[in-house]
Amino acid sequence: MSKVLEIKDLKAKIGNKDILKGLNLDLEEGKVHAIMGPNGAGKSTLSKAIVGHYDVEVTDGEIIYKGKNIVDEEPEERALDGIFLSFQNPVEIPGVNNAYFLRTAVNARRKHLGKPELNAAEFLRAMKADVAELGMKPELINRSLNEGFSGGEKKRNEILQMMMLEPDVVILDEIDSGLDIDALRAVSEGINKMKDGKRSFLVITHYSRILDYIEPDYIHVLKDGQIVHTGGSELVEQLEKEGYSSFEEK
Amino acid sequence: MAQEEVNKAITGEYNLGFEIDIEQDTVPPGLNDDVIKFISAKKDEPEWMLELRLKAYHKWLEMEEPDWGKLTYEKIDYNSISYFSAPKQAPESLDEVDPKILEAYEKLGIPLEEQKQLQGIAVDAVVDSVSVKTTYSEELKKHGVIFCSISDAIKDYPELVKKYMFSVVPMTDNYFAALNSAVFTDGTFVYIPKGVRCPMELSTYFRINALNTGQFERTLIVADEGSYVSYNEGCSAPTRDENQLHAAVVELVAMKDAEIKYSTIQNWYPGDEEGKGGIYNFVTKRGICEGDNSKISWTQVETGSSITWKYPSCVLKGDNSVGEFYSVAVTTLAQQADTGTKMIHLGKNTSSTIISKGISAMKGQNTYRGLVKIGAKAEGARNFSECDSLLIGSQCGAHTFPYLESKDSIGQVEHEATTTKISDEQLFYLRQRGINEEDAVSMIVHGFCKEVFSQLPMEYAVEARALLELTLEGSVG
Ligand SMILES: Nc1ncnc2c1ncn2[C@@H]1O[C@H](COP(=O)(O)OP(=O)(O)OP(=O)(O)O)[C@@H](O)[C@H]1O
Ligand SMILES: [Mg+2]
Repeated sequence: MSKVLEIKDLKAKIGNKDILKGLNLDLEEGKVHAIMGPNGAGKSTLSKAIVGHYDVEVTDGEIIYKGKNIVDEEPEERALDGIFLSFQNPVEIPGVNNAYFLRTAVNARRKHLGKPELNAAEFLRAMKADVAELGMKPELINRSLNEGFSGGEKKRNEILQMMMLEPDVVILDEIDSGLDIDALRAVSEGINKMKDGKRSFLVITHYSRILDYIEPDYIHVLKDGQIVHTGGSELVEQLEKEGYSSFEEK
Repeated sequence: MAQEEVNKAITGEYNLGFEIDIEQDTVPPGLNDDVIKFISAKKDEPEWMLELRLKAYHKWLEMEEPDWGKLTYEKIDYNSISYFSAPKQAPESLDEVDPKILEAYEKLGIPLEEQKQLQGIAVDAVVDSVSVKTTYSEELKKHGVIFCSISDAIKDYPELVKKYMFSVVPMTDNYFAALNSAVFTDGTFVYIPKGVRCPMELSTYFRINALNTGQFERTLIVADEGSYVSYNEGCSAPTRDENQLHAAVVELVAMKDAEIKYSTIQNWYPGDEEGKGGIYNFVTKRGICEGDNSKISWTQVETGSSITWKYPSCVLKGDNSVGEFYSVAVTTLAQQADTGTKMIHLGKNTSSTIISKGISAMKGQNTYRGLVKIGAKAEGARNFSECDSLLIGSQCGAHTFPYLESKDSIGQVEHEATTTKISDEQLFYLRQRGINEEDAVSMIVHGFCKEVFSQLPMEYAVEARALLELTLEGSVG
């Protein structure tokens, strides 16, 4: 099984605080990996480290993506190469039209891949189909990016972007938090539809419900800046029963 | 200034002989009666104009330079400025225009001949102080539209000029307007006859060319009853070392049911990172909605100059008249802008809209200063003002000074103001979607300016976008 992303002994800090403390994790091509772990363990920090967020300073270790260490790459390079992060709290950008933004992003990626750019009509057609599939309010695509969106609307908008950008590695940071039952189903179906045997997923969550829908291949437990345990979906049940205390730090 | 001199000036009792050689192309730096006589003679003006110039000059001598703007700059030495210069000969066609000028037009997406003419725009480009080229005048003539240099208008349409020049901006309105009245060297005159919809966008490009030359343009646009005109003014200026004074005056007159749309893209040289070498831009722009149901819209995109002092205003005299001000002002490097508008409501049911967008980056300082004044008889007057500031980085500044004067508190006034900063989190979000940092900034900036850009004529809006990108290039990170 080929590894699309290999995280080796990753150490990272935010400010002066060590958050990731020698973390190891491999993402397999075409597989769904879930990460669970207590609040403040470093899950979001890990996802930020992978996409090159300015808050996170990698002090040691490697992030190998498609065979290349990307630790020093610009965020937009990583994105164009196919790494997508659905943010835990997507930021609002007033004045920037949602559809216009997404078309710019989609065409930047297509250009990077040597594909022809989509014209306005082609783009709109594709986007409308995805919007309908996600059960998203069509008016949201003509609003300012995330501005005044409800929590659930923001999350659906992240999934819309994922569907349109067709990334190779999808990191979902608590995509299920704040979703109502219907939204959770719609979002999960959107994710499932994106599984194509090649694309890999890293799903950060606190709840088993989304995992019931998207059926992860692996569950990793992240605690105090390290992956302390890896198992199959059976781990979910154990975690729900016993919490994280039974998983000791390495 | 001796009272005697002033009296002489007012009564026109001036010796019309003067010392400066008329064959010269430039006068030596400094300002005195002789220089004004030289300018007037160079322009082949009638005597009444010279008398008005001298009168303005002597009034100016008694006035003081205003210092209430939130602007810091070294005192201007008015005697170090040369008040007249002309290119050697006026070219017949674009081929004869300095290729550097054409290149600058090109860079800003303004291929003068090809694009503008294809777009049906008449072009009256001004290089330094003399008109280089006027096109489409024949087509305009058919409709009775007058579109010519102000110098020609003084000679060819003296009655119109006498009637309207100084009628909106009196020669003593302010220090810079008085100076302009004395020494203006060119500019544009437009007259749209009754009931005529001007068949094309009118457009003038200004550009400062000769070193050490003040630029004093004077523009007068009169839209007679039921007429319409859209006028575009744009500037670009090359790098230079010394601060350079620019003090233009624009007067607009809209009669009953007439509409004037005045759009500006201002891109004078902004100076370097310390503010050295940029243009000082002290402009007086005012329009009067003279007749009922008339309308004047000012739209400006200000990206250049090291100092901008500019308040395009509307006097809403006719009942139901409408005044609009849409502005994007960008200050980066060490630029300072103190700009805004005045909406003076005099007639009944007059309404005004002010949308001001200030963008500050690097060490730029941006001030909005606006006045909404509602006169005692302006029943049913309405104003809506929105002043938004966008900050890029932490060394820049934005300031807002809205003033309201309302007699007996009649009328309805709404004011909104916001200040936002482009956050790292916003930029990161866009970059995570594969949009590079510069595109991410310009995406946010364009979003911020949308309401104003949508007021510009289409191809002008494209130009404005390009200019904004060029201006903010390298101001992030
Ligand atoms: N900008 C910051 N400044 C200081 N500390 C930070 C910052 N961002 C994160 N931290 C700290 O880093 C630690 C890890 O945070 P992180 O967001 O990665 O946790 P998490 O596992 O995603 O938690 P949750 O389940 O609550 O989302 C926390 O203790 C948090 O307070
Ligand atoms: Mg988190």
